[in-house]
Amino acid sequence: MGIAAVDVTKRFGSYTALDNVSVTIPEGSLTALLGPSGSGKSTLLRVIAGLEQPESGRVLIGDEDVTNRPARTRGVGMVFQHYAAFKHMTVWDNVAFGLTIRKRPKADVADRVHELLELVQLEGLAKRYPSQLSGGQRQRMALARALAVEPSVLLLDEPFGALDARVRKELRAWLRRLHDEVHVTTIIVTHDQEEAMEVAGQIVVLNGGRVEQVGSPRELYDEPANEFVMSFVGPVNRVGDTFVRPHDVEVRLEPEDGSTEAMVERVVHLGFEVRVELVRDNGQHLLVQLTQEEAEQLELERGQIVYVRPRHETVFSAG
Amino acid sequence: MPKYLLRFGALGYLSLLLLVPVGFVFYRAFEHGLGPAWDAVSSQQAVHALELTLLMAAIAVPANTIFGVILALALVRSRFPGRGLVNAIVDLPLALSPVVVGLALFLLYGRGGWLGGLADHGIKILFAVPGMVLATMFVSLPFVVREVVPVLREIGTEQEQAAETLGASPFQTFWRITLPAIRWAVAYGVVLTTARAIGEFGAVSVVSGKIQGRTETLPLYVQAQFEQFDIQGAYAASVILALIAVATVVGLRVIHPREEES
Repeated sequence: MGIAAVDVTKRFGSYTALDNVSVTIPEGSLTALLGPSGSGKSTLLRVIAGLEQPESGRVLIGDEDVTNRPARTRGVGMVFQHYAAFKHMTVWDNVAFGLTIRKRPKADVADRVHELLELVQLEGLAKRYPSQLSGGQRQRMALARALAVEPSVLLLDEPFGALDARVRKELRAWLRRLHDEVHVTTIIVTHDQEEAMEVAGQIVVLNGGRVEQVGSPRELYDEPANEFVMSFVGPVNRVGDTFVRPHDVEVRLEPEDGSTEAMVERVVHLGFEVRVELVRDNGQHLLVQLTQEEAEQLELERGQIVYVRPRHETVFSAG
Repeated sequence: MPKYLLRFGALGYLSLLLLVPVGFVFYRAFEHGLGPAWDAVSSQQAVHALELTLLMAAIAVPANTIFGVILALALVRSRFPGRGLVNAIVDLPLALSPVVVGLALFLLYGRGGWLGGLADHGIKILFAVPGMVLATMFVSLPFVVREVVPVLREIGTEQEQAAETLGASPFQTFWRITLPAIRWAVAYGVVLTTARAIGEFGAVSVVSGKIQGRTETLPLYVQAQFEQFDIQGAYAASVILALIAVATVVGLRVIHPREEES
């Protein structure tokens, strides 16, 4: 089912976590709430889940206004950053929890739990306790537990935030495939722009309790609505009022029309990508991304003088 | 060398202060064999004292366990005005001399006290079991609360929130998530509460009136026998209290490692 937050405001004491936020999540989509810490992204998710009550505004799931309904009757599946595993229960009992609460027949519960453990690749670990699992396994268990009750929406609060980089990458790809299989409307909260772009079809960028922009990963990157989005969804150089992406800087060994002089400060080889840090004569630093091939042709060295020109630049009107 | 000195010093201190005196109680109780010791504790008066002591514990322990858990939940999970004051009051029985507790109950329920009128309506509090139960509950109140509060803080609310989103009612969440998570802390608190309830002397002594065969608990019985020069009886009854203490210590040792593990 689709989800809508309409004019939601949430305060904690004098602090405004969400300031009149409206967001629409299309049915069946995988949407990321992206923003720095304190942007209100987790609060918005918790308001949708019913774990926080907004001061004003409404939450709709499907066509139904659920603003005044407790979390337990909203039909949401929630996954927390630190797993929230039931420590005294086995993996099996964790996954079965929502079903046993609903007093489903034992045979049905067993079938469903089997099916889910297979889906999250934990078949062999049903009798283990959460403390005997790795972080990645715990989070897959938590996901199976949330899916067991067939939620109409799935809410993931920084689900991979506590995992190491390699496991995080694996689980992202896995979540993407899972969503293609299960099709449940999903919201994932993250502060990692790469994660949001890799996983989500739609991204909502939040900052300071407000929505900055909503769009596909491509739209956000190519047509950022403002400075904040431009600098949050990828690295950027700021030259006066103009913004240039590091891969949009042309580097030449000879001066050309409109180019300026800069000195090579550092060259970092990252495999296919080569990062060059330059400093202009006015002391300004520039970050440039080149392919390995481009870098080899230029034969850049520390202390070398080069000439740079933006291939594409963005200017935001004031305000 | 200082290591051995430290070990020897610690053991010597414990022996001198604790092991030797308690050992002597056992020694004197069984000095003339098992027979006299058994006779002493199976007298009608001694059996009644033991029964009364167990009755005190049977009422005070469940009451303080249930209210202790509720109080701990209120202190950790909710914000209400006066929370700091409640938190401090819970510790009062630990700080207050039990005799003062007894005296306070005496003043409240005695003649001229606020609730002194109850006696005129046939509700006897002082010099009777109700007063003794109240005194026992007063002194054994803090233990469950103090054990459960830090564990509740540590487990946080995420598991409870997860249960809520999975459809659990507040009661189901408490019964299936919160209670299992704090179970060892509750057990630890129960053992401490029981030990305190059974061993209480001061407060119960003041409110009971120490009527032989009527309002005499085991600790009161020990003192009475001692004062009447029935040394054998006093020691034999002391052994029962000491055995309960040993069982308590063993119980705590069994529970404690599990508490750390979870």
